[in-house]
Amino acid sequence: MDMVGSRRRRALSYAVRYAFLVVAAFILVYPFLFMVSTSLKSRSFVLGDPMKLIPDEPTIENYVRVLTTENFGLYFLNSTMVAVASTFLIVLLSSMMAYAFTRLEFPGRRILFACIVVGLTIPTMMLIIPQFLLARDLQLLNSLAGLVPFYVGTALAFNTFLLSGFFQGIPKELDEAMEIDGAGPWRRYVSLALPLSKPALGTCVIFAFLGTWDEFAWALTVLNDVEQRTLPIAIALFHGQHSTSWGLVFAASLIAIVPVLIVYIVFQRFFVAGLASGAIKN
Amino acid sequence: MTTSMGTPPTALIASATPRRRRTPAAAGARRRAALAGYTFVLPGFALYALVMLYPAVQTFLLSLRDWKIGRGAVSPWVGLDNYVEAFQDPKFLDSLLNALVYTVVTVPLQIAIGLFLAVLLDSKLPGRVAFRVLFYLPVVTSWVVVSLLFQFMFSSGDGPANFIAVDVLHLADENIGWFRERWTSFIAICALGVWKGIGWAMLIFLAALTAVPRELHEAAALDGAGAGKRFWHVSVPAIRGALAVVVILLVIGGFNVFISVLLMTGGAHDTQVPLTYMYTQAFEFLEFGYGSAISFTLTAIVLAVSALQYWWTRRRMAD
Repeated sequence: MDMVGSRRRRALSYAVRYAFLVVAAFILVYPFLFMVSTSLKSRSFVLGDPMKLIPDEPTIENYVRVLTTENFGLYFLNSTMVAVASTFLIVLLSSMMAYAFTRLEFPGRRILFACIVVGLTIPTMMLIIPQFLLARDLQLLNSLAGLVPFYVGTALAFNTFLLSGFFQGIPKELDEAMEIDGAGPWRRYVSLALPLSKPALGTCVIFAFLGTWDEFAWALTVLNDVEQRTLPIAIALFHGQHSTSWGLVFAASLIAIVPVLIVYIVFQRFFVAGLASGAIKN
Repeated sequence: MTTSMGTPPTALIASATPRRRRTPAAAGARRRAALAGYTFVLPGFALYALVMLYPAVQTFLLSLRDWKIGRGAVSPWVGLDNYVEAFQDPKFLDSLLNALVYTVVTVPLQIAIGLFLAVLLDSKLPGRVAFRVLFYLPVVTSWVVVSLLFQFMFSSGDGPANFIAVDVLHLADENIGWFRERWTSFIAICALGVWKGIGWAMLIFLAALTAVPRELHEAAALDGAGAGKRFWHVSVPAIRGALAVVVILLVIGGFNVFISVLLMTGGAHDTQVPLTYMYTQAFEFLEFGYGSAISFTLTAIVLAVSALQYWWTRRRMAD
């Protein structure tokens, strides 16, 4: 009797939970469905019943126009180049620093590491005015390549911190054994520390890539030429020019978020790992 | 420090032994190790210092000057004038109030809903990974895209926002022009902030809840504690640390709200927040000194608030 009762109660509790979860999932996903739906409508059909998510006459004309006449193929390429170069440098430089901070002895090590930790508390937007003056003096304004040093420099503190925590967990004995065998610091870094840290490096790659792919404020501030735009500013400015062509704006937006969704869904376990090790909110 | 505390015994023995040849060799090895250390650190640290540390100091120095943008122009030092001006500038004070309202509205909602969803997902519920992935989707989507999306959902006459407000909830008789007034604009901006942040809060709470041993729940259930009591006496104490972190980071994020306001209202109808106001002052009116003072003031306020929160939670945890 009691067993049956508890089983029924559990079934009821599952049903209530699922009801709440499905409602929550619908609310959180609805805007995306609405965006996809709008991007598939031709201009005259954009407004309509907001609950009717499947358009009567779906069309891909918005996507075709965005990719051909509106230059978004070029912006996609621009964003890809900047994000790939920045991600590579962020992971390389921060893993080198983290390795030195956790495994090599040199005077000033603790002070330099403390300086890195300070960087975790500085909001990047606070620096935008002096960074702009610096970019002007270094002649890095209005160039895609000029974005890279700023994206890399601002991401180093967080990634170095994250990787230092991970490297610390690698047994020191492994390093010492290789050292006795005559391996120098470079060899130990390349063939010991890096291969053992794949999960942490994966987390870094994802956060670095998403951070630079989505970056908006700095690119908006320093880029002027139409050909130099990255996707986020191209979308925002495109919206400014065609404020009523929502189908076009959302077709462009979806082109920009598809790579993010792929990276996120394929590597979603790294997100949990990154959060567990103290990753901050972007 | 740690290693130098470990070395003295061996160092002492080495210097006491007559075989002096070892010492130069050890010193050479140490010098090589130090050189390697600098080679590893220098490229990254130099860039970090140039792009982060130097501008951080510069923000403060710029805020003390009446900055003239032209090359070679003289920018006089004006002491704290920019700060005095900021605290007498009704637009800046309004922007602080807006950010405060945004934070006070969005932070508790994100925490309450995020915690609720985390509790629902914290068990061997079939399909929980799929729900987790869906709930986190807004977090990974760019601010630019979701800001435009919410602007569209609120601004169009027969869009989803008016559908809910007029046809479902009957809050108004006719469609609302959300972006024509200050506080209705903020309803849209806050809705976006909550929607985008729930998944993040949920994931952190979920990690903390998963760490609570099952036996604690079972023991409490045996003692006759209902679901509500178990949540309050078993789960809540276990996630207190995570809660403190989430509150501090969400408050920092709330005061630093920028892209959504810039793209949804552009600061129209008194909807400026400190960062959009700073951005306008700097890059529209070229008031770099004044903009820096606003940046620095905002950062100081946020750091002070976080320090206060940290101190308060530490004290409560100690009790």
